[in-house]
Amino acid sequence: MAVVPESPESGESGGLLAWIDRRFPLTALWKSQVSEYYAPKNFNFWYYFGSLAMMVLVIQLVSGIFLTMNYKPSAGEAFASVEYIMRDVNWGWLIRYIHSTGASAFFIVVYLHMFRALLYGSYRKPRELLWIFGCVIFVLLMAQGFTGYVLPWGNMSYWGAQVIVSLFGSLPVVGGSLVEWIRGDYVIADATLNRLFALHVAAIPLALIFLMIAHLMALHEVGSNNPDGIEIKNLKGKDGHPLDGIPFHPYYTVKDVVGVAGFLLIFCGVIFFAPSFGGLFLEAPNFEPANALQTPPHIAPVWYFTPYYAMLRAVPSFAGTQVWGVLVMGAAIVVLFFLPWLDRSPVKSIRYRGPAYKVALTIFSVSFIILGVCGLKPPSGIYPLLAKICTSLYFAFFVFMPWYSALDKVKPVPERVTGHA
Amino acid sequence: MNDQVDSGRRRLLTAATVGTGAIGVAFAAVPFLASWLPSERAKAMGAPVTVDASQLEIGQSMKVVWRGQPVYIVRRPKAALEQIKNHDRLLADPNSDDSVQPAYIKNTHAVRAINAEFWVGLAVCTHLGCSPLGAFQPDNQTQLTGIDLGAQWPGGFYCPCHGSKFDISGRVFKSMPAPRNLTVPPYTFAGNGIITIGVDPQAKA
Repeated sequence: MAVVPESPESGESGGLLAWIDRRFPLTALWKSQVSEYYAPKNFNFWYYFGSLAMMVLVIQLVSGIFLTMNYKPSAGEAFASVEYIMRDVNWGWLIRYIHSTGASAFFIVVYLHMFRALLYGSYRKPRELLWIFGCVIFVLLMAQGFTGYVLPWGNMSYWGAQVIVSLFGSLPVVGGSLVEWIRGDYVIADATLNRLFALHVAAIPLALIFLMIAHLMALHEVGSNNPDGIEIKNLKGKDGHPLDGIPFHPYYTVKDVVGVAGFLLIFCGVIFFAPSFGGLFLEAPNFEPANALQTPPHIAPVWYFTPYYAMLRAVPSFAGTQVWGVLVMGAAIVVLFFLPWLDRSPVKSIRYRGPAYKVALTIFSVSFIILGVCGLKPPSGIYPLLAKICTSLYFAFFVFMPWYSALDKVKPVPERVTGHA
Repeated sequence: MNDQVDSGRRRLLTAATVGTGAIGVAFAAVPFLASWLPSERAKAMGAPVTVDASQLEIGQSMKVVWRGQPVYIVRRPKAALEQIKNHDRLLADPNSDDSVQPAYIKNTHAVRAINAEFWVGLAVCTHLGCSPLGAFQPDNQTQLTGIDLGAQWPGGFYCPCHGSKFDISGRVFKSMPAPRNLTVPPYTFAGNGIITIGVDPQAKA
């Protein structure tokens, strides 16, 4: 047998890394994405939440995989299998609390991450697609939150599923058959639970991972925004790197480790001392099994859906159909996708915007929080009216943005990023 | 043979290949999408249900399961039956024109029942499918629903999810999230207080 000699370029020198690099662009990837990815040097507190979201995703994947090892996705066994995990599986309680707390943590981190984009105009050109990928991730995350919430098959799981699936039934013409198709039965049943399980553990996580990669690729293509909203790529040094940029590694890996430490401190505090978080993360009616005959006396979704749920409830039925509330709730999400084109301000960052945007963003944020509270409360007393007002304010922020953002009195934007040193 | 690429021909072939592939994918998707429809076993579980409601006290109610859905049977007080004739102006659909029920129920107008004393209807809110609570007497409504429906509460149903209120015939009040009155299934009386849900009266025999 003839041995084909190695050509000099692919010689066996340089050790394991070189061996890999000749077969897979490991070093090249590491350099382009991490050690030579130049990020603006003026990142602040708000820039923790992107890397934190990635870490929470990993926490959810790992804890979720271990939960599936003991969970049984059938209407007859699901509730008992969750109790089994909690009581009999070694450390099962910890794994489940990590996963349930992680779900809420994911939304906290993502809401703050999105608020950062509103503060500093991170959705503006050329980051429109980056923002849209993010919005799709947000929608998938909501789907993931909903499907996951149904799996323990407690009474709130059951009736939550009933309400959410019925939303599709309000669509004209196709509604009825669409709901039947989603449920796979004439009521929420075993078939429904089983398919939501499949979506929760396979389909949606795969899509989430894929979109997270697309989100990062888009980010690294256009470069990170920063608290000043200045394009650092416009001013490059002799070495071809942005003057105001520093390599992501080691500078921001070190910074993000601080964020991770702070996050884990709070995260573990919740897991160990308040895993149900006063009924916000795990609701009391979900500690009893699903009962098709008994709606819990007060239905409220988990806290991260309540702002949108309040909008749904705020809209009365009209012309013999309740589709309007569903449309308003859907529009509240869809309008996010158009944000890059609604904002006509000549500047990106709130630092250089005038009073109009600052007031608008404040009203919007406060309305969103009030909506969240309204969604948790029973639909009586002051709350329905409050929800109607805040729903209007939520939409006003977007609908009037082309005007108030353009007419706003802006300050001149400096050439270089500001900050210490 | 010449070396020139016939790009028109190449485009046509590419389009034809992609088109054929897309049609194939569309056909292949059908079994996967159709697998989400109710299975044969789910379809088979829809038989009529017979219950004995004669033991109900006046003002009491019971729930039974028919086709997996909860069904209310309410034995209504006389006073409530008088009340429901007089509040049409408060209702969104007093004559049940936009609501779902058999014709022989719709013809009874405010009563919405074959036998005025027994009201039968799905305990499924027409808004988003929660199960409304029964609050048939003004004096125990707070205890039943957890919220105060007011001293003027005529007796009826209250949906805890989104706050829809219905009268004791399942008719929805104005400006509620629920667009229609509670649905009445086909049912028939088979003797004194014996009710069969899922069968029309004439179909019996």
